Amino acid sequence: MELETRNLKLETFWSRLRRNRMAVAGLVLVVGLFAVALLAPWLAPYDPNFIDLKQVLMPPSPAHLLGTDTLGRDVLSRVIFGARISLLVGFVAVGIATLIGVLVGALAGYYGGAMDALLMRLVDLMLCFPTLFLILAVIAVLGPSIWNIMVVIGVTGWMGVARLVRAEFLSLREREFVMAVRALGASDARLIWRHLLPNALTPVMVSATLGVAGAILTESALSFLGLGVQPPTPSWGNILTMGKDNIEIAWWLSVFPGLAILVTVMSYNLLGEGIREAVDPRLRD
Amino acid sequence: MPELLKAEDLCCHFRLKGPWGRGPLLKAVDGVSFNLFPGETLGLVGESGCGKSTLARLVLGLLPLTRGRVWFGGADLTGMPRRALKAMRRQFQVIFQDPYSSLNPRMTVRQILAEPFIIHGLGSRSERRAWVAELLAEVGLEPEHLERYPHEFSGGQRQRLGIARALALRPRLMVADEPVSALDVSIQAQILNLLAQLQERHGLTYLFISHDLSVVSQISSRVAVMYVGRLLEMAPREVFARARLHPYTEALLAAVPLPDPQQPFRPPALKGEPPSPVNVPSGCPFHPRCPEAQFPRCQDEVPAYRETAPEHWVACHFR
Repeated sequence: MELETRNLKLETFWSRLRRNRMAVAGLVLVVGLFAVALLAPWLAPYDPNFIDLKQVLMPPSPAHLLGTDTLGRDVLSRVIFGARISLLVGFVAVGIATLIGVLVGALAGYYGGAMDALLMRLVDLMLCFPTLFLILAVIAVLGPSIWNIMVVIGVTGWMGVARLVRAEFLSLREREFVMAVRALGASDARLIWRHLLPNALTPVMVSATLGVAGAILTESALSFLGLGVQPPTPSWGNILTMGKDNIEIAWWLSVFPGLAILVTVMSYNLLGEGIREAVDPRLRD
Repeated sequence: MPELLKAEDLCCHFRLKGPWGRGPLLKAVDGVSFNLFPGETLGLVGESGCGKSTLARLVLGLLPLTRGRVWFGGADLTGMPRRALKAMRRQFQVIFQDPYSSLNPRMTVRQILAEPFIIHGLGSRSERRAWVAELLAEVGLEPEHLERYPHEFSGGQRQRLGIARALALRPRLMVADEPVSALDVSIQAQILNLLAQLQERHGLTYLFISHDLSVVSQISSRVAVMYVGRLLEMAPREVFARARLHPYTEALLAAVPLPDPQQPFRPPALKGEPPSPVNVPSGCPFHPRCPEAQFPRCQDEVPAYRETAPEHWVACHFR
């Protein structure tokens, strides 16, 4: 019985999502990217770090479908392994941002008053910094590494989530079921975890999906500037750097990692928008 | 008989935000005192926005009091330590108006009804299961409803669930904040009957809030009339039929529709809107709308809230 009702709600969500062709395309691409990242060692035709100096800057051919780079490494293999980095950075960074955002938003929205004013001014303060420059400054101090990047992107990207959760909490706090549970004597922690958060998570889910796209883009930008994932580890951003240096003679070094970023970011955005529309009560059928 | 609940000079003021910082003071509830005796039903009536719901929340300790005190069973709830207040909460519970917003949409009926016991650490898992089943039966719902979510129920059934949750801890006082206002008339009668049954079975005391005088007079033993955050009148139900009442109460009674299609149309007894609680009229708050107002007395002098006959309290210069 319980499963039945749960499936009912999930079913309406799925049927609404399925009717949105762009969202389905986004979902298929996202799942496909996951598969590629997980199966990278089996899918990649070569070792991504195998240097073959006799095959430097070869254009796409049956042996190297996407060509080779300045060290003779197979670009297809490097793009496939780069997907791992991108997804890892996307998910961990968004995970950190969502965690901080939910915590800050929940505290501000639930307690209100001075706590709210203080935390929201902190949000305003954080939003005043141009994020990319803040990240650049921090990376310059801490040194570039994939873990530093994930943490820094997460720590600079939680403000939107905090505002969303705060707004949800402010309206949920006055709802009668929350009042009723307070009248029963429930603790603040119980109210927040069991009653407010589960009802506030829908917009967070949408924002997290869209956030993954943003984080992947930021990672690529950092790696492109040489402040992100360091060679020889392949990332779409640092393949692009090499592409930029050889753009007149080797177009494939720029086009294919660029396309990978484009497709990934677009599919997450499509999926995020699709989820937003599927859960929007104003668009009920 | 010792009172179950004693409210003394309850005030709830909010400072509004103006364009330049501090704005005007909103007096949602201003100097309300009343007693509740075990087993009785006190009906609280008033127009929308007169502070009825705010008063309910003050009594339940869900909003901070600006001034005043609430005693429950002889214990002072104001300034009571959290832990002690939590224990006291088992004795007074609340039913809300909107059955669509009073149940958490993401919890099953079983989870909703087990929550009161979990919060107070009562019973084992199996005991709680038994208690929940018992509660469900008591409000007239079926065991197969246990694993469903609130959105699968009708308004009346949801209201029954709200009542079951409030009943779980076997409270002595039940504050019902417009419990039937959102329901169809046929369902209203069912819920009112259920409330009456439960009162008889458990010796419950009700503070019953409504804007509908016919509902209140059906269920209450005493009636209190509220206007812009104050009580204007309070009397046993019988008194309402024969005594001279506050002009506002008389106007409210005259506005109750009679279920008789032959009845000629009566113009509304009251003109205008109730004043804003931000800008309460001087003197008697009702004087701008009162057909019997005499100037300048009603405009200058706040009428004392006094007992004119046994159990009959009025705030009017001419009663």
